[in-house]
Amino acid sequence: MAKKEQEIQQILIDPQDQKRKLINWPELWQYRDLFFFLVWRDIKTRYAQSILGIGWAVIQPVFSMIVFTIVFGNLANVNSEGVPYAIFSYTALVPWTFFSTSLTSASGSLISSKNLITKVYFPRLIIPISPVLGKMIDFGISFLILLGLMVWYGVKPTIWALMVPVFILLMMLTSAGVGMWLTALSIQYRDVRYGSNFFIQLLMYASPVIYASSSIPEKYQILYALNPMVGVIEGFRASLLGTRPMPWEFLGVGALMAVAFFLSGALYFRSMERYFADVA
Amino acid sequence: MSKNAINVEKLSKRYRIGFEKQARDTLAEVVSDWISKPIRNYRRLRSLTQFEEKPQELMDVEDIIWALRDVTFKIKPGEVIGVIGKNGAGKSTLLKILSRITFPTYGTVELNGRVSSLLEVGTGFHPELTGRENVFLNGTILGMTRHEIDRKFDEIVDFSGISKFIDTPVKFYSSGMGVRLAFSVAAHLEPEILLIDEVLSVGDAAFQKRSLGKMEEVSKQGRTVLFVSHNMGAVRALCTRGLLLEEGALTMDDEVDVVINSYLSSKDVSTAGRLGWSAADAPQDKELILFGIEMVAASGEVKTTFQIDESFEIRIHYQIVEEVKNLRLYLRFKTTLGETVFATYEDAQIQEGFNRPPGHYTAICKIPANILNNLTYRIYIGFDSPGHKVLIPGKEYLEADIVDTSDGYRYARGAFDGPIRPVVDWEVEKTDQ
Repeated sequence: MAKKEQEIQQILIDPQDQKRKLINWPELWQYRDLFFFLVWRDIKTRYAQSILGIGWAVIQPVFSMIVFTIVFGNLANVNSEGVPYAIFSYTALVPWTFFSTSLTSASGSLISSKNLITKVYFPRLIIPISPVLGKMIDFGISFLILLGLMVWYGVKPTIWALMVPVFILLMMLTSAGVGMWLTALSIQYRDVRYGSNFFIQLLMYASPVIYASSSIPEKYQILYALNPMVGVIEGFRASLLGTRPMPWEFLGVGALMAVAFFLSGALYFRSMERYFADVA
Repeated sequence: MSKNAINVEKLSKRYRIGFEKQARDTLAEVVSDWISKPIRNYRRLRSLTQFEEKPQELMDVEDIIWALRDVTFKIKPGEVIGVIGKNGAGKSTLLKILSRITFPTYGTVELNGRVSSLLEVGTGFHPELTGRENVFLNGTILGMTRHEIDRKFDEIVDFSGISKFIDTPVKFYSSGMGVRLAFSVAAHLEPEILLIDEVLSVGDAAFQKRSLGKMEEVSKQGRTVLFVSHNMGAVRALCTRGLLLEEGALTMDDEVDVVINSYLSSKDVSTAGRLGWSAADAPQDKELILFGIEMVAASGEVKTTFQIDESFEIRIHYQIVEEVKNLRLYLRFKTTLGETVFATYEDAQIQEGFNRPPGHYTAICKIPANILNNLTYRIYIGFDSPGHKVLIPGKEYLEADIVDTSDGYRYARGAFDGPIRPVVDWEVEKTDQ
């Protein structure tokens, strides 16, 4: 239902309507400026009036890297597959931070968006999708730091580094899919709302951030790969650091799972959407 | 234009409310309760969004409430419609459904045209952002494109009257300023269909007048407007047609004057803080007709009982049939023994030397909190032209019960002495060494 200047837009509200599209792309496009301003508001309020300004974008992965290097790299002596532990963990932290912050941002914005949801109409999908777009800026900055670290440690990327855009796409798809699930559940169930941050933290241990996926016993590896971030993270490491051959199986399974999360998330979200204002 | 702007067909909306907790007798039941509690809680939460699929009678049963029942109406493009009714009648629910914020249970809605809703002012305003930035944020939330906002930016800022502060963060604004800016953004929406819910009462009197004027301008541009309000004066001024909602059902769909008069004179409201008359029965003189009086809490509810620390309004609806020089409306609070506690006058015509033109008016008297005592007061109202004639003789029309249910002052039994109980500051200084 794209609106042209002359044409009158028609909206039909019918609870029996089965013909609703899964994702109303024209409508999302119509609201593109809202995406922009929500992302921009997020950035501005986070960084406005803080001394470090945009530096906050990198504090999370950099500090995590430092702590992990000390604790897991040195104290626990976790195997880092031939490269210094610092860069081993940082390469994983870059996509992981994107994933976790886009999820916490989506569920966090719900608490402040309660007013928005009950008073204004806008395509509700904007809530989980806009952090997926917005956190790309943070991702970009962290990625630049990663390149800096690669220079510092003298690590050369493999030819598969050209696949990085594919990994990024997978990462965004996963974040969007899980984000839609989490957002829809958080609006309805308070315990999901409060438990989601903790849940996301735990998920980190189910992903090869601190350790290498080669530490997982053979027979569990495919199960492990059901987590799409496994494919993404090992893909980053394999292509940029050369720590292992390209994880094609992980990527294949991960891609299927990412698509599954995305489609099921969109379905669930859209089916619950009509009740959001009533239960928020 | 042959297509209707809005087609609403048998619209119904059901809410599930409240739950009865069942008493448990034995410890075993208590324990099993505790074990099955997560399952029951989950089921209960799920049931908030689920109902049996077969249609039921549209009657209220136990924990189900029908906010709207079988509402049907059609609106042609360019009509300006007032939606009135008591609080809880379903007006806001209707607007929410038309705004696509919530979904109907049964029925359909067809909207032909771009819809903008003003259900609340300042939605999405962020205190850390400047006024300028919030205009864009709020504007896009309301459905404008960035380009549109750019185009109208100067107009929006001018209307709000806060151009000097447009680049300071909103957290430094006074509440009045923020609200004016927010309203100004919303007032410049250019939809084909505009839905407004009670937001014209923001800002001071001067701003409210401008807002009303802007709304009149908007409705004259040929847009379809649906306006929910308790301000009968505004409804009469802007609307040609009225819809009356009573307990979720559409009971009247007629010319606005007819609907308003019917609403004000409903028989069951005289004991609930409101009095209303039809044109034939109303207290009147040849120049003036008093149509109704009501006492309204800050929440919008018409009540007879108010807390001692609650401010409320007394609204007086009247019609000037012929201009009256020096028209004065006087209002007195009296005790049950007939003693006048205070008197107040709406005498702008005398003070400012003008004559209000014929038309319908609502005078709103704002009674502040923390000045009345916890007593029953009688409200005495009349109209005159001092030194000249009495138009409507003073009479006690309503009774207001002011109560103090707070925990404070436990040691003071009953009302304080005296007809009023203002909150007054005390200070103690030690005066010797």
